[in-house]
Amino acid sequence: MSNPLHKVIHEAEQVILGKPHQIRLALTCLLARGHLLIEDLPGVGKTTLAHVLARTLGLQFQRIQFTSDMLPADILGVSVYQRDSTDFKFHPGPIFAQMILADEVNRATPKTQSALLEAMEEQQVTIEGTTHPLPVPFFVIATQNPSNQIGTFPLPESQLDRFLMRIQLGYPDAQAERGLLSGIDRREIVATLTPQMETAELLALQQQVRQIFVSPALLDYVQTILRHTRESAQYVHGLSPRAGLSLLGAARAWALLDGRKAVIPEDIQTVLPGVASHRLQSVLDAQKSDGDKLARELIEAVPIP
Amino acid sequence: MKLEKSLVYGLLASILMVSAPHAEHLPPWVIAFGAAVLGWRAYLNFSGMALPPRWLLFLLSIASAAGIFLSYRTLFGREAGVTLLILLAALKLLELRAARDATVLIFLSCFIIITNFFYSQSIPTALMMFASLLVILSTWVHLHSGSLGLKPRLAISAKLLLQAIPLTLLLFVLFPRVQGPLWGMPQDAYSSSGLSDSMAPGTLSKLSLSQAVAFRVSFESFPPLREQMYWRGPVLWDFDGVTWSNRDGVIWSNRNAGTAQRNKPPQFDNLDQAVEYTVTLEPHNKKWLFALEMPTRLSVANFMTDDFQVQSRNAVTARIRYSAHSQLTFLANVDESPLQLQRALTLPKGLNPRALQLAADWRASLPGDDAIIRTALGRFSRDGYSYTLEPPLLGAHGIDDFLFETRQGFCEHYASSFVFLMRAAGIPARVVTGYQGGEPNALGGYSIVRQSDAHAWAEVWLKDRGWIRIDPTAAIAPGRIQGGLSAAMPDSAALPFLARNQSPWLLNIRFNLDMLNHQWNQWILGYDTERQFAFLTRLGMEDISWQKMAINLLTGVALTVLLIAILLLRKLYIRKIDTAQLLYLKFCKKLSRGGLMRAAHEGPQDFATRANMDMPQHAEAIRRITALYLAMRYENQPDESGLRALHRAVRAFKI
Repeated sequence: MSNPLHKVIHEAEQVILGKPHQIRLALTCLLARGHLLIEDLPGVGKTTLAHVLARTLGLQFQRIQFTSDMLPADILGVSVYQRDSTDFKFHPGPIFAQMILADEVNRATPKTQSALLEAMEEQQVTIEGTTHPLPVPFFVIATQNPSNQIGTFPLPESQLDRFLMRIQLGYPDAQAERGLLSGIDRREIVATLTPQMETAELLALQQQVRQIFVSPALLDYVQTILRHTRESAQYVHGLSPRAGLSLLGAARAWALLDGRKAVIPEDIQTVLPGVASHRLQSVLDAQKSDGDKLARELIEAVPIP
Repeated sequence: MKLEKSLVYGLLASILMVSAPHAEHLPPWVIAFGAAVLGWRAYLNFSGMALPPRWLLFLLSIASAAGIFLSYRTLFGREAGVTLLILLAALKLLELRAARDATVLIFLSCFIIITNFFYSQSIPTALMMFASLLVILSTWVHLHSGSLGLKPRLAISAKLLLQAIPLTLLLFVLFPRVQGPLWGMPQDAYSSSGLSDSMAPGTLSKLSLSQAVAFRVSFESFPPLREQMYWRGPVLWDFDGVTWSNRDGVIWSNRNAGTAQRNKPPQFDNLDQAVEYTVTLEPHNKKWLFALEMPTRLSVANFMTDDFQVQSRNAVTARIRYSAHSQLTFLANVDESPLQLQRALTLPKGLNPRALQLAADWRASLPGDDAIIRTALGRFSRDGYSYTLEPPLLGAHGIDDFLFETRQGFCEHYASSFVFLMRAAGIPARVVTGYQGGEPNALGGYSIVRQSDAHAWAEVWLKDRGWIRIDPTAAIAPGRIQGGLSAAMPDSAALPFLARNQSPWLLNIRFNLDMLNHQWNQWILGYDTERQFAFLTRLGMEDISWQKMAINLLTGVALTVLLIAILLLRKLYIRKIDTAQLLYLKFCKKLSRGGLMRAAHEGPQDFATRANMDMPQHAEAIRRITALYLAMRYENQPDESGLRALHRAVRAFKI
């Protein structure tokens, strides 16, 4: 059961050097039917990660480069008048693919951003009264530049909440960097990757995630974490119930990835920084960038019941 | 450690809340000074500036102590002591530097709460202090767990207060009571509104404007008719033309002693129509204990004067409760001593000639005492007399002016002139003051007698019939006797708000409030030794000694604390009751003996990894135990065999 997943991970590790944890988290996000936000500097391999996942999982891949002059129709598609048949024909936009890489999503205007995010939430696109379902599975990897860069529209908190996880890639360590510099071009390797599983297999895995067992003791732990964020004066807001569901879903997917049938506290702790860091904000420091530190502090503050 | 700004505001609020009720009786300079200090501290806190230097605080403390000494001429006692406490607490705020100072201030605030009860023990005061306590407690919680928000802090404080309630109740019920107040309160602590030992025109009409409660009565059985409810107070013999008093009492009793003819003790020949009731008397700083005419027995130490005044040995300075027996029909002192009768005939010389003439005419023309009394009462009811709270002023011959000119008066005018006429006609008579009637509170099953029920009536002595009550007011304004003041007065009269007839719902609210007050007085403030014994007897602890009471108290406190502790700890216990977890914790304890502590947030697998690195020799056992624990705790359906395996593995595990 875990073989194809491990193969995917193995393949990805060949391309993206020194980031096994991030690869697993991205895969977790996909298995938990969530969308992923990658926030980091340009050039650290965000796009490559998305490419690799799409190739190895055998998903249709579409990349949308967001720019400030982009309109919703550029993503969703347009209805065009057909002269010969004298009616309108819908030309689907780039969003009609199983895996979308929304590159530099914070370069687009809020109007365009929300078109993407609505489609993510609804799993469908409605244009001129007609609803067009999106393909299944539908997985968005959005990348975002750190918001202090020039010419960006940072995603508002309510939009951030639609991403199951936010991860950061960071610079590779010295050894990985050496491999990167000395090896052949990554894009060439990506082109040689072959799918490791069928779409049906992936859907079955997503179904299995839902059946991973969660014991009452573990629910106690999740609730203690949620309560702590709500009662502590350290955070601007506590975690929402949706965040709680996301946390549990991600932990289930991680457990599956780890080859277990039940969630253990470590699963929660592993996915917590990814799930909670973009949802928590410290009262002391308005900078959102220290979300990971907040999440680690949160883990240390809550005893496992 | 620097104190948080919001904590300082909490402390400021605590001090402000507990001192604010004192503002009523503090000197103005203390209020201004205290407000200035609090304001200063709030500003320093707001702006983050440094606190004043110690030498300045020292000077301020000395100055405020000196100011208090100048204001009160002492530093001790209730007034000066409370003022000193408040000012020093306010100054302490200015040297609030560390958590230790905050703790001191919190205790000080609690102590100032107690001082408020030196002045008032009413329900609003208690509620206000309860609210203050909540604020103080939440500040305290803040001090110890800084990261909590305001709401959870208040919730914790409220929980603490709730947990304290059973203990409070227990201490309240069982703590041995001392006879009398715990601390000696000065005389001036008590209000002294009420009847006095003299009566001049205007005395009672002024008193009847007060809505203050004189006493409350609950009757054992059916209450007597309102017309029969004469609550006897001061009896007045001596008239100087304006004022009725007892100023010649000493002279007369000396004369009595000289003739060796003692005053006759009170006696009741016809004991019929007994009434039993309980009176809760508000403090009035005089000795009278009010009872229905004629009282035969009171449950408190008392003595009865020759003219049937019931008095306590000391002035009534605290609210007291007594049960009493009265006989509504009686024969009083049929064989009164001649000297007393002589005193009851004495009139001031050279005053009120027309009234004297009128009485002499009656005596000459009418057949007997009864006819004279009837004629006098008839004169009041027929000859254009009216009953008013605002009678015109009277001249030197007050009785003449009233009887023949103004003809408007309140009960003291009628009682006074009636007694004058009787004495002038040769019938021994005296003035009796007290209260008449009372307002039944249907909800509480008791009656309220207010100062506005104050009344004056007359007593005449007739041969073979003794002293007989004659109420001349009943002749002119029968409504006063049957329906109370409001029934006898036109609406426009300057009656106190509470003495008027009101809409039913307003009356209902009033009755409810007064009943609440009554119950508070009866059961909270009036819970004295007697009540305590009665209550404990009802609980089955008869004739309990104070030692036994103390033992019961300690046992009760211990049991209550235990109960609360169990309730509180049960939550933790329920979490720990998981067998797998218990076994795992045992395993962790064994590891900790080997120097390896599991952090509270550390997951079992992470811990196992760390332990394996630390103690590779135990790696196999650690891995096995951790796997079993994870399976038992986090996987579906822990089974008996798995638990047993875990149990064995943990038991076998040795460092």
